Amino acid sequence: MDMKVGKKKLGLKEKYQHMTRGLGWETTYQSMDDVFPFVKYEGIKIHDWDKWEDPFRLTMDAYWKYQAEKERKLYAIIDAYAQNNGHLNVTDARYLNAIKLFLNGISPLEYMAHRGFAMTGRQFPGVGARVACLMQSLDEIRHAQTQIHSLSNYNKYYNGFHEYRHMLERVWYLSVPRSFFDDAVTAGPFEFMVAIGFSFEYVLTNLLFVPFVSGAAYNGDMGTMTFGFSAQSDEARHMTLGLEVIKFVLEQDPDNLPIVQQWIDKWTWRGYRVLTLVGMMMDYMLPKRIMSWKEAWEVYFEENGGALFKDLARYGIRPPKWLDQIEQDKDHISHQAWATFYNYAAACNFHTWIPTDDELDWLSQKYPNSFDKYYRPRLEHWREEAKKGNRFYNKTLPMLCQTCQIPMIFTEPGDPTQICYREVDYKDNKYHFCSDGCKEIFEHEPEKYIQAWLPVHQIYQGNCFEEGVDPTAEGFDPLSAVLDYYHLAQGRDNLDFEGSEDQKNFEAWRGMATKNAA
Amino acid sequence: MGVAAIKEYSFESADRLENFHGNQLLYIGWDQHLLFCSPFCLPFPPNMRFGDIIDKVLPGVFGYHPDFAKIDWSKVEWLKSSQPWQPDFNKTLAELGLKHKDVLRFRTPGLTGIKGSAS
Repeated sequence: MDMKVGKKKLGLKEKYQHMTRGLGWETTYQSMDDVFPFVKYEGIKIHDWDKWEDPFRLTMDAYWKYQAEKERKLYAIIDAYAQNNGHLNVTDARYLNAIKLFLNGISPLEYMAHRGFAMTGRQFPGVGARVACLMQSLDEIRHAQTQIHSLSNYNKYYNGFHEYRHMLERVWYLSVPRSFFDDAVTAGPFEFMVAIGFSFEYVLTNLLFVPFVSGAAYNGDMGTMTFGFSAQSDEARHMTLGLEVIKFVLEQDPDNLPIVQQWIDKWTWRGYRVLTLVGMMMDYMLPKRIMSWKEAWEVYFEENGGALFKDLARYGIRPPKWLDQIEQDKDHISHQAWATFYNYAAACNFHTWIPTDDELDWLSQKYPNSFDKYYRPRLEHWREEAKKGNRFYNKTLPMLCQTCQIPMIFTEPGDPTQICYREVDYKDNKYHFCSDGCKEIFEHEPEKYIQAWLPVHQIYQGNCFEEGVDPTAEGFDPLSAVLDYYHLAQGRDNLDFEGSEDQKNFEAWRGMATKNAA
Repeated sequence: MGVAAIKEYSFESADRLENFHGNQLLYIGWDQHLLFCSPFCLPFPPNMRFGDIIDKVLPGVFGYHPDFAKIDWSKVEWLKSSQPWQPDFNKTLAELGLKHKDVLRFRTPGLTGIKGSAS
């Protein structure tokens, strides 16, 4: 009897077709609008999802194989690093504070990105976009996990790594990265894609990952370097997706342009504000510097970003707003940020310090227009006072920007001696901002930002103490109560690096590795 | 103005006056003294005398700065919402018309911060 036997294997093209586009269908029991309820309300018009060009040409079965291979290599290196006490090879113990900043401030954002892309993928009716979002969602959870695994090795020996999850929702400065991402995931699917997929992953990502990963390489931190490299091939895919989204949306309907432009303006500014933390890390926290924040901004934003926006001009997109201010700020923001953490070192989960003489000279040389004039006298004064046993710990809570939630530390464009104040009256309340950018973002969606959980105001409302604590009791110490709420141990996790447990332990353990016992 | 949303989107301010247990917030910044990285946020009852803030609160807030002891308060220039403003030290916040989340700046002519650096 003759039986027709089908081909055993699908060709690549067929397989791709079946495993991406072939996975979707027009629903009939329920209307497509009910199945995809978030896809229209932002005002973006999509006429033909089939015009979507899949940026990866990757199917899920191949995806798992690639990723499994990356994981095997990564964990082999991380295990070796841990077993050989690799942590003792970092340049000096001050470096650990850079990765505390990373674990506490950045890794939880990877997890939020996972959630965001899962949500976005669910909402897109186009299958190509949906599969791409699914893969990025899985990448992001992998990044969160590999970072947590790599850095957990440091948690065995050093302070400040112990409760990043808990602290993200509580510690004052972590409300900056947290609120940035909360803003994105509470937007609609298209805004999320422009916010994270394009503005963050495409325009700004090099300014986040290159400094940390190169910083790790320069400072002997093989563990961090390895998860950075493992993530890098995923990042290339993410950048392609971010760019594809912009082009697809703009090609679909001319009405989409002003909406997308406003999102690019908003999210470039929001992302730039978060990157203040990276600028500070590069200029102050790496014992062995890679390049200055200003140099990184010039290479990765002004040159690379400039070329990108030139390319997007044919879609009608112009460069993001407020670039003239950013251009002036690059001489200042890293110094202003470090001064802030130096001020509030008592309420922080990493240590700060005054740079050494060599490091001060490096800063003078990298910032000839600003450092000696505005910042060096401040640091030297603090150093003198600390020598006299009068290290400055600012105990009064700062005024925060309603939008970016950073303390109002930034100065007027063109006047580095004057704090920039902006305010808006909205429905019988006053709101304050650090900049024109943050003010305009608020004015566009005030109902969203009036809900902001500003750590300083929450402390004054009595919401940042552990249960059962009575702020009206005699002898109540608010700072100590807030540290309890943060799960920070006074004198161990906070304060100056000089005299810290990390400093002493690192010195003792490295001594055991390099010297004979006395 | 507003938010793109799938249904009505309206919320109360998280920082409205009644959430502060009888206090109102006052922000105070000292211009050209960036040793303090940002202006401060302080809660006060509306019947607080303004002079008491100067005498009893600000020393704890700004006293670390070597310029603080040199301030001649009769010559200080005040700004409210960045506009010139004249306080009467004997009046309360309410009597001075200071509302929740108002922002004051003060300038101390002749005092220019650490080595004249506005720090």
